[in-house]
Amino acid sequence: MSMADQPFEPKIVAFVCNWCTYLGADLAGTNRLEYPANVRIIRLPCTGWIDFNLIIKAFETGADAVLVSGCHPGDCHYTAGNYHARRRWMFFRPLLDTLGIDLNRIHFAWISAAEGRKFQQTVTEITEATRRLGPYMNYRKIVEASA
Amino acid sequence: MHLKTFRRAARDAGLNPYLVEMANIREQCSWVHHDREAATAKAIEVIRMTVEKVRRNHALEPIKVPLTPRALVIGGGVAGIQAALDIADAGHEVVLVEREPSIGGKMAGLSETFPTLDCSQCILTPRMVEVGQHPRIKLYTWSEVEDVQGFVGNFRVTIRRKARYVDIDKCTGCGECWTICPSKKNLSEFDYGMGMRKAIYIPFPQAVPARPVIDKDDCPRLKRGKGCGLCEKKCAAGAIRFDDEDRLVEEQAGAVIVATGYKLYNIGRDQEAGLAGYGEYGYGQYKDVIDSLQFERLVSASGPTGGELKRPSDGATPRTVVFVSCVGSRDNAKGLAYCSKICCMYTAKHAMLYRHKVHDGEAHVFYMDIRAGGKNYDEFVRRAIEQDGAQYHRGRVSKITGEGGKLVVRGADTLAGVAMTIEADLVVLAAAMRPADGVRRLAQMLNVGYDENGFLSESHPKLRPVETNAAGVFVCGACQAPKDIPEAVAQASAAAGKVQVMFNQGELTREPEIARIDETNCAACFTCVRVCPYTAIERAEVRSPKGTLIKRTARVNPGLCMGCGTCVAVCPCKCPELEGFTEDQIYSMVMSLA
Repeated sequence: MSMADQPFEPKIVAFVCNWCTYLGADLAGTNRLEYPANVRIIRLPCTGWIDFNLIIKAFETGADAVLVSGCHPGDCHYTAGNYHARRRWMFFRPLLDTLGIDLNRIHFAWISAAEGRKFQQTVTEITEATRRLGPYMNYRKIVEASA
Repeated sequence: MHLKTFRRAARDAGLNPYLVEMANIREQCSWVHHDREAATAKAIEVIRMTVEKVRRNHALEPIKVPLTPRALVIGGGVAGIQAALDIADAGHEVVLVEREPSIGGKMAGLSETFPTLDCSQCILTPRMVEVGQHPRIKLYTWSEVEDVQGFVGNFRVTIRRKARYVDIDKCTGCGECWTICPSKKNLSEFDYGMGMRKAIYIPFPQAVPARPVIDKDDCPRLKRGKGCGLCEKKCAAGAIRFDDEDRLVEEQAGAVIVATGYKLYNIGRDQEAGLAGYGEYGYGQYKDVIDSLQFERLVSASGPTGGELKRPSDGATPRTVVFVSCVGSRDNAKGLAYCSKICCMYTAKHAMLYRHKVHDGEAHVFYMDIRAGGKNYDEFVRRAIEQDGAQYHRGRVSKITGEGGKLVVRGADTLAGVAMTIEADLVVLAAAMRPADGVRRLAQMLNVGYDENGFLSESHPKLRPVETNAAGVFVCGACQAPKDIPEAVAQASAAAGKVQVMFNQGELTREPEIARIDETNCAACFTCVRVCPYTAIERAEVRSPKGTLIKRTARVNPGLCMGCGTCVAVCPCKCPELEGFTEDQIYSMVMSLA
């Protein structure tokens, strides 16, 4: 079977906070909740850490989709980091759009430490949606054009 | 999940624990993927990412911050008293600040307490005396916290000592001054207006300290600047100071306990924004419609009537009394959404105490639900109904009007399905509990959160019930939520325990995975200062040895930083770095996926 016959397996990078979503992912594991193996989890103390360059860097290294997930509003371990992340997203979204970045490939979620099932569902849905979108060739073209 | 375990193992083996990272290939890989090939490929990538991170880890040492082993307790009610005594008995110094002339708080004014009918003052006043005499407790009464600077371990507190017009060091508490004072007709705050006091007064006989204060609005000498002065002439100790002024004093403390307690919901028409009041109950209009704390004073043996139940209007013994619960509580339309928790119990107690004093009297209680959860609590309510003959009606009161010396109470008994009209001699309204005045300003001073009702927020509702999100600041008593005496005392001891744990370490140990700022490149825009949820970043100056200003910069206080990294994301010139999560580490992880 040649490579072309393989179904497309997207690469998804998830930036998650240490206190809610990372533990939610651990809970999915303890409960043996299966989901596609396409996601690579990077643990940060808080989604408030995340700067948009990091998301662009993920696309630059070949990610087909990015997930940012933290605590539910009001539940942030650091009081308000998730609000900062959300505000930053509202602000940068039009900018990324202008730059030509496909906003359908950036996902935001609130997943608590108790929501193993939600983590499973979210990752599964994102993987399926990204499979339908196909590889993020446009971004690679942008990179090649600017090189 | 297991990072701490493995870091501890590394430490035990003699390695710096902060050089350990976990590649999570179990919970987040092998346990959740069934496709072996894909899972193995993922595990390899996860390990590669983690290797990229760990090779950039630094050996870190826990941060040590010096600590002043001295606690500030704000509020001298039963919670503050308990906390202060626990800490002082454990061997640490305490500064206790109370804004009234005496400690004791609301409990000092209660008659008897549920569910045992202990005399409130009999159990509280010995504790008050202990506070007054304790060698390690410094007591500031008639004083308020004006400002708090600094951070955990090292708070600098400014206290306003309000003008008392009495030198409490010289005063012996003999009482000649308040005996001779001719200004008699002043409503007593301690009796909630049910009794009178002099212009120079102690709020109640067992006050601690037993030193009077002069009310400048009631004293003819202080109002006019001349005349009277009888107290000054009578005082053998020469303790009267008509020229006294407010003074500011500064105290150092390593930890703060907030125990500012509660006030009652204002039942009358004049309300704060968002509240409607219960004008239809005639509170403030009819003298014989009173609130629950006023009733406590009327049935208290030390109260203005000496424990004889006389109604305020004409001093007659009330033959029929109506108690109304949930006035302001559990009412989204006019009052507050929450349950005040203690009213069911004290209303049963009130009905009981009334029947003990007036054997042939009728006690009617209108209630929504009876919430009597607690040790011996439901039994207590049953006793009020079954042994003491309190008549309970499930339903609300719609209107109270005064007609011919009687109060006509119109309500409903929804279990019987009938409208009720009772001609009463006295009506007692169980008003909701609200946080004491000024607590919001205090919370802002201390960087402690509060909810929409003004109650202070604990750090975690279950697992950190007395801590707050401000390091070194703890809460106890009714300033955190409505609660009864046993709960307030338990919470106070818990807060005191937390303070002792902190003080017994000798110095503070903080996690070293915190932010630091590259001061050379900092452009002093201070965006990080504005977003930091812990006020852990300060505006600092770099000066030459001669003192010339070289530049301004943001600087992280390691005693306060909790390591969230919000500053990392907002800095336009990438000056903050978060140890354990440096940009170099995180970007290397991402780039290893290429």
